[in-house]
Amino acid sequence: MSEKKTNRRDFLFTATYAVGAVGVGATVWPMIDQMNPDASVKALASTEVDVSSLTPGRTITVLWRGKPVFIRRRTEDEIADARSVKLDDLKDPEKDEDRAKNPEWLVMLGVCTHLGCVPLNDKGDYNGWFCPCHGSHYDTSGRIRKGPAPTNMEVPKYEFVNANTIKIG
Amino acid sequence: MSDHEYTPKSKAGKWFNDRLPLLTLANHLTDYPTPKNLNYWWTFGGILTFCLITQIVTGLTLAMHYIAHADMAFESVEHIMRDVNYGWLIRYIHANGASMFFLAVYIHIFRSLFYGSYKAPREIIWIIGIIIYLLMMAAAFMGYVLPWGQMSFWGATVITNLFSAIPLVGEGIVTWLWGGYSVDNPTLTRFFTLHYLIPFLILGLVVLHIWALHVPGNNNPVGIDVKKPSKDTVPFHPYIVIKDTFALLMFMIVFAFFVFYTPNILGHADNYIEADPLVTPAHIVPEWYLLPFYAILRSVPDKLLGVIAMLSAILILAALPWLDTSKIRSAVFRPLYKQFYWILVADVLILGYVGAMPAEGLYLLVARVATAYYFLHFLVILPVLGLKEKTLPIPLSITEPILGGTANLATARNKESSIK
Repeated sequence: MSEKKTNRRDFLFTATYAVGAVGVGATVWPMIDQMNPDASVKALASTEVDVSSLTPGRTITVLWRGKPVFIRRRTEDEIADARSVKLDDLKDPEKDEDRAKNPEWLVMLGVCTHLGCVPLNDKGDYNGWFCPCHGSHYDTSGRIRKGPAPTNMEVPKYEFVNANTIKIG
Repeated sequence: MSDHEYTPKSKAGKWFNDRLPLLTLANHLTDYPTPKNLNYWWTFGGILTFCLITQIVTGLTLAMHYIAHADMAFESVEHIMRDVNYGWLIRYIHANGASMFFLAVYIHIFRSLFYGSYKAPREIIWIIGIIIYLLMMAAAFMGYVLPWGQMSFWGATVITNLFSAIPLVGEGIVTWLWGGYSVDNPTLTRFFTLHYLIPFLILGLVVLHIWALHVPGNNNPVGIDVKKPSKDTVPFHPYIVIKDTFALLMFMIVFAFFVFYTPNILGHADNYIEADPLVTPAHIVPEWYLLPFYAILRSVPDKLLGVIAMLSAILILAALPWLDTSKIRSAVFRPLYKQFYWILVADVLILGYVGAMPAEGLYLLVARVATAYYFLHFLVILPVLGLKEKTLPIPLSITEPILGGTANLATARNKESSIK
């Protein structure tokens, strides 16, 4: 056998495989995508919270998109604590100023970035949060300080609609 | 495999068998020559088949009463427990059946490790077994989510979050698995669907597992190749059938003890509290059969590496036929391997124990040492041992040592033929 020449039949095979692959892909994609969040889940994208009853040093937990959101009205000490930390000491360096635009209010997802448990308030070595599942310690800015979690607790998109109402999402 | 051609006795049987050779298959399964020295560790294949059938039958009946919806699942399980006739019994059999299934599969796996059943020519049987084991873990995990208790919810959250460790696409995959931004109703319904599907996949793989087994035939405690059929073998029926049945009855006593006397001891009390996305239970632990891997996950301080270590701990088993370089199968003739085998057994038990304890202080240290040893066993000890170990002489046949055999091949053969 000498070297094989590309003939008409090879071309037809390749073209058939290519068209077949596109067809299979187009058929499989809806089957995969149906598992993504549906329209009704996406519709619950934002929630408004009345925070007028919150005194300094208190936290409330609200549900947003099925996830807990911590809203903490921080005390002067906590703010000072959070702002005095050197960025070099942080595993996931982030300034408190960037996390809490209004220093008195800390709004973040109450979801440990390790494996998704809900950390406990006013616990842990840094007086912030402590995750009971695998022992991650967060500071008063919700930043990871010790333990297996890789990043700080996430700050969602939020805004003050008025002095007493926060809109999350 | 029996070599003789089978012909049904009756005319109707022959007519049918010529068109669909089911009777030939039945005859093969009955006559299947089995090494005559199989001990009770070999009865767990049959026990596992029983476990699978039990889970499928009780699962089907539970599914007639269970409602896969986040608002109703927890109540429907209580409804099964309190209102449905014998619902408590069926659910307790199903829940404890999962534990019994894993108990049996661990004995089955460690049997293979001891007697080298994973070695050539049985690698495919072994790998199919590992796939079955992975599917069992998936089915057990998703089944545990269905009652929608606190442990269900948070177990599901923690395990699905393992995928978020994957760089770049991790978060997208987790959202896709959940069908939302947290574990919720869409997650529950798809877990129910998959929990229903997987046992049938396992059933199919069990057929392949047995098929692959019937090509070379069973390994045996001596670990040598056996001529089939010969005086080293007995037909599967009635010899092995009776032995398997007796072992199964013993196993069912243990099973029944759990179901009737301590049906909740293997579960977790927190799972009788309905799922609450705002409160994580103080101490999350998986079911006992996943604890060693959980300990490995927690012993690595980095999230991604922890997940990789945990998965590797399972997948490394698939490479075992090539990691173990020893030509001798049975640990009976491998004095050093036998000791390392028992150290591995202890190591896995220790991992299981620390997996149930909080990940701190001494427990964490022990978990780390045990994790390191686990990988050391498979990646260093086994390959080196196979090359260095001085093994004991293996007999020529199963019968030989019993009849005062000799190491001389010729006399052994003569003796064999004279006995015939």
